[in-house]
Amino acid sequence: MDYLAVQLFNGLVNGSYYALLSLGLAVIFGMMRVVNFAHGAFYMLGAFIAYALLQQAGIGFWPSLVIAPLVIAAAGMLLERVLLRRLTGLDPLYGFLFTFGLTLLIQDAMRLRFGLQGQPYPTPGELAGTVAFGSVTYPVYRLFVVGFCLAASVAVWFVIERTRLGMVVRAATERADLTRAFGVDVDRWVTPMFGFGLALAALAGVLAAPMRNVSPLMGSELIILTFAVVVIGGMGSIAGAIVAGFLVGALSSVIAIFDPAVEGIVAFALMAVLLLVRPSGLFGSVETR
Amino acid sequence: MKPSLRSLAVVAIMIGAGIALPRVIYPVLALEILAWGLFAMAVDLLLGFGGLLSFGHAAYWGVAGYVAGFAAREAGAPYPIAVLAGVAGAAALAVPLGYLSLRRTGIYFTMVTLAFAQMLYYVANELRPITGGENGFQGIPRTLPGLSLGPSLSFYYAALPLVLVGYLAAYRIVHSPFGHVLVSIRDNEARAQALGYDTGRYKLIAFVLSAALAGLAGAVYALGERFASLEMLHWTTSGQVVLMTVLGGLGTLWGGVLGAGVFLMLRDFLSTADVFRDAPGVVTGTVFIVIVLGLRRGLWPTVADLVRRASRRAVRAPGRAG
Repeated sequence: MDYLAVQLFNGLVNGSYYALLSLGLAVIFGMMRVVNFAHGAFYMLGAFIAYALLQQAGIGFWPSLVIAPLVIAAAGMLLERVLLRRLTGLDPLYGFLFTFGLTLLIQDAMRLRFGLQGQPYPTPGELAGTVAFGSVTYPVYRLFVVGFCLAASVAVWFVIERTRLGMVVRAATERADLTRAFGVDVDRWVTPMFGFGLALAALAGVLAAPMRNVSPLMGSELIILTFAVVVIGGMGSIAGAIVAGFLVGALSSVIAIFDPAVEGIVAFALMAVLLLVRPSGLFGSVETR
Repeated sequence: MKPSLRSLAVVAIMIGAGIALPRVIYPVLALEILAWGLFAMAVDLLLGFGGLLSFGHAAYWGVAGYVAGFAAREAGAPYPIAVLAGVAGAAALAVPLGYLSLRRTGIYFTMVTLAFAQMLYYVANELRPITGGENGFQGIPRTLPGLSLGPSLSFYYAALPLVLVGYLAAYRIVHSPFGHVLVSIRDNEARAQALGYDTGRYKLIAFVLSAALAGLAGAVYALGERFASLEMLHWTTSGQVVLMTVLGGLGTLWGGVLGAGVFLMLRDFLSTADVFRDAPGVVTGTVFIVIVLGLRRGLWPTVADLVRRASRRAVRAPGRAG
């Protein structure tokens, strides 16, 4: 029973990362119709920025949690303005291919510089150690990750679903032309929203640094798993991204109790089942191309 | 059907180029171009003519490699039988995966194919006793009674007919009534449906045919390397073949072979540089970005244009001074 609880929590920790990453993907896709393959690469860069700040300048975890997303957001907005913007209006496959190429470039450039060896990153002092629940002990940092990601996800959900700003973004997502006709400058929001989506990826990267080794390939397999999560949740659905993220994480870990070998394929199997019974995803509605 | 002069010429040029290739570049690279060219054609069949971007074709290339390797090493099958076993394996796998993936359209379809290919990568890694895990499936023999297929050059010429059959099959599919329906689905699925075509069925058949051709390429490649590895199933492989296809030009079919040739020769040329050996993605990624931003038409149409313009100028030249 204790083991089940621990595994369930481990699953929620993994799910936190899925949720934050698929949330960023959903925001970017909603605004620009670009499936950002490079999301995993920016997650990795976020972790590396935290690592570099600590090594080079002695700047710790908490400031990094703010600095890394800001740096990545700025870089992303520049990227959107200079290059990605040229692909507006083309088949979404070109955006996908562009970000795929970008992923290879970033990943291998980092590999050239840092090698494949993972770099350790210390757990911040305030969150070190474990906490006991009855007979179960659990690392404080992991609890923090779940709590933080949950709070961040809910905050993003709130902004997009319940505020005036979110209303503009949602309107632009669903009917860009019509929104323009109402006098809203849709294009003004594209660049910041792309930056915001990438900032979420970088945030997840910083959060991952103390738990997983910081390495150039840390985002490469995560991104494909996140795609499965996004298909399960329903692309473009904010709530779907969050729920599917935690669901896939928890389910994978619990199933791993019975057979650790199948943990890696749970997300894909779940995706296959969903495609059979509900192709548009848990929270997806009408298919948008 | 009476073959036209044009298609006969195409076949003749193809066979001639295929025979001459290993005399120009070394045979191992020639075989690679042959196999990747067919792989890219398979992707183009689906993407250029069906409008479906599969980012998971590594699954069929890789699974066919493993199945062919297994048939050759464990069952002692001569090489053509091993290749056919690989093709059958890839096609059989494509039926359920294609059916599931095609329940989504557009970019979602792409993500689903990518995810399924990744699932197979995990499965192959877990099935270590059979696949050899990270060590790969090694020591694949290639045999044909009465012939020695040891040297790379011999195997190249043994593989050539099978690959050419693959090229021709792709060409026939695209130029058949089936191919025309496929193009109409790409351009306007609702209209094709209204005309009475069961578009889901057409797309699934196209998917399975494409997977079978990718399998043919993968099986030949694995036998040529005497080795099937997890890398064949990796997502970078799926990306690389799409790169070749787009580089050659979507919807041109032969562009796939051109794209594969240009890409592999570029890689061969650059492999002496340290950067490329340690981090090939730096070059591959850059090529990808450049193509998407500035060369979306691909090489084949661009080259065809140049040839056309040059020949027109050659005709007009005598009339001009200088």
